[in-house]
Amino acid sequence: MERIPILKMGPYLLVTIQVDMHDRVALGLQDDLTQKIVQARAKGVLIDISALDVVDSFIGRTLADIAAMSRVLDAETVVVGMRPAVAITLVELGLPLTGVRTALNVERGMALLEAAITRREDGDADIH
Amino acid sequence: MAEELEVLHQALTDDEAWILETWLDGQADGAGFGATRAGRGELAAHSRRFLEGLRDGLKSGGTDVMATPWEPARQLLEEVALARTERGYSPAETAQFVFSLKQPLFERLRERLADRPAALAAATWSTSLLLDRLGLFTTEIYQRGREQVIMRQQQEMIELSTPVVTLWDGVLALPIIGTLDSSRTQVVMESLLQRIVDSGASIAIIDITGVPTVDTLTAQHLLKTVAAARLMGADCIISGIRPQIAQTIVHLGVDLGTVITKATLADAFAVALRRLGLTVTRRPPVLPRETRQEPPSDSGGA
Repeated sequence: MERIPILKMGPYLLVTIQVDMHDRVALGLQDDLTQKIVQARAKGVLIDISALDVVDSFIGRTLADIAAMSRVLDAETVVVGMRPAVAITLVELGLPLTGVRTALNVERGMALLEAAITRREDGDADIH
Repeated sequence: MAEELEVLHQALTDDEAWILETWLDGQADGAGFGATRAGRGELAAHSRRFLEGLRDGLKSGGTDVMATPWEPARQLLEEVALARTERGYSPAETAQFVFSLKQPLFERLRERLADRPAALAAATWSTSLLLDRLGLFTTEIYQRGREQVIMRQQQEMIELSTPVVTLWDGVLALPIIGTLDSSRTQVVMESLLQRIVDSGASIAIIDITGVPTVDTLTAQHLLKTVAAARLMGADCIISGIRPQIAQTIVHLGVDLGTVITKATLADAFAVALRRLGLTVTRRPPVLPRETRQEPPSDSGGA
């Protein structure tokens, strides 16, 4: 079965989807990513979907699920590089991925992740 | 062929030149456009071809103008109607082309059947019916032509009316003018998202000053656009909300959710600049060059 590689970069995990997202590939990614977050104690996940040109409702939902799961595991998630056609499709499907952070490209996504994590650490420090 | 139509066919064959001449004169006088607008030459050519078509159609015997033998006559009428649509003729002026033929034809029939009133009445009636049908056909084609023009203009309007303006590096503005329906939303969304990709903008301001009314559907379309832009990593601000629109939105119970809304584009732009970490500061104004060089015109008299 095809697997989507998950790269570790410091405290972040980088997922670049370069193949067609079949349902099983998406579910595989969900499994792998949750395991990897726990294993690597990742603070942030960046999912690059710039190569993805077709989405259906299942993939859209899986993306939202992955983001929600990462949040539960205490890792911020950013989805970057969505194509206009994909964005329109998701909105028309009624899946605006509310609660998922988005950015135009990897660079901005990284900046967003860093900012979010810094803010959270500051917040945690305030609590203690 | 029925007798009355036989007479008409005969008249058309024998007196074609006279009928054509009288008809042309009638068209030129009747609506006052034959000579000036279409040009008498073109009108004459059309008229001659129509008479031929009419004669051929009659020869086949039927008066069903949608039948195959009437094909040439119909084609000519289509040509005339579409040409007149493009030139902005009124429906009456267009239908006049066929109806003005009645007078010369009736005159010929009267001459031929002067001694048989019953036959004359019958022939006049069927000729009138036939020309009415052809006239209605012309009007239909005219109507169709107009509808095509309207559709084309609608398309052009959709394309023209969705500009995406760069207000600042990273700030896009989308002034929407006119009603926001589904097809329009699609175009707006596509052009906005494409511009976000091209320019790398992180904030988009949707200005709805030019949207006359906002109902639940329009609001839904706006929210869709905002959601799609967010998926691309750009935040949206909706500006230009007029007092009545604000009232309508609340009365309808439309939930704009977490979307930032501002009354004017200027307010929205200020928010955008703040988000980007930019400030606008006041400094001594710089006058335009012309104003500085010219002496004040009203100071001399005082």
